[in-house]
Amino acid sequence: MEKFAPVKRSEDGQAVRYLIVDDSVFARKNLARMVESFGGQVVGEAGDGVSAISEYDQLHPDIVLMDITMPQMEGIEAAEKIVRDHPDARIVMVSSVGYQENIVAALQRGARHFVQKPVKPEVLYEVIKYVMRDDGAARGAGAGV
Amino acid sequence: MRMELIQPFINSADAVLAQGLQSPTAIENLTMEEEAYRRRGIAAEVCLSGDIEGRIIFDADQKTAVRFASCLAGAELPETDGLMREAVCELANQIIGNAVTVLNDQGFHFRVHPPTVHTSEQGSKSSEDTEALVICFSTESGNVFMNVALRYHRRRAMERIAAV
Repeated sequence: MEKFAPVKRSEDGQAVRYLIVDDSVFARKNLARMVESFGGQVVGEAGDGVSAISEYDQLHPDIVLMDITMPQMEGIEAAEKIVRDHPDARIVMVSSVGYQENIVAALQRGARHFVQKPVKPEVLYEVIKYVMRDDGAARGAGAGV
Repeated sequence: MRMELIQPFINSADAVLAQGLQSPTAIENLTMEEEAYRRRGIAAEVCLSGDIEGRIIFDADQKTAVRFASCLAGAELPETDGLMREAVCELANQIIGNAVTVLNDQGFHFRVHPPTVHTSEQGSKSSEDTEALVICFSTESGNVFMNVALRYHRRRAMERIAAV
């Protein structure tokens, strides 16, 4: 996989900590490989929305990569619940279903960005850089990559 | 069956397979299936409900499923049933999701249910309403079959439009 210049946390220069949420173990491994090539650290994984909320509460990752269609609780609902309790949460939706209504629903409920599967590493890299720079002012501006 | 409903699935499968397997793909043949569906390898089924209703089955031989799994994982993986099933489900998920995106932006509204592994050797026979189209994609790793049986609900779509 292509190597990218590391994306660091601006406040302390440490590696960005990720929580990856997807019901497919392959999708999680694939995303983990990508974020590690960006210099990031995967601190947790979850296979559904309910587990994602509890993992977030425990781990407080810098970024959540969240699938939409999952068992028990879908990603948009989980994102909404996480952002309600943690308004600074940076959640990037990663889904193969990328139609406008879905993107708008995700952004309205607190997601910062949307990336469509199959994920291209260079696209995700740009989104991560954008989201890590985002101070909240531009929240909801990015989608449809 | 309306071809404008099928084309996004064909385009999406072509693109996702090429990227997922990191090799070119080609459509080998396209046939109407009159008999009941017969499983060929590792299969996953995705059901749709709404303006468009029906099901799509993805069926890949073992070599192709392992190749896709290995490409996703970034490492060579063994041929275990669990891994191959998971890989074909993820393949189905990505192909359907991309096609649904196109169809939804064209005004068709429907829900996609999560993929399930299709374990029985045989499926239900297609009817006049739900005739099945089978598209065979050839890849460097083997063939992938996409069996599409969809029905367009004109009345449901009209009711939705009238309600807006």
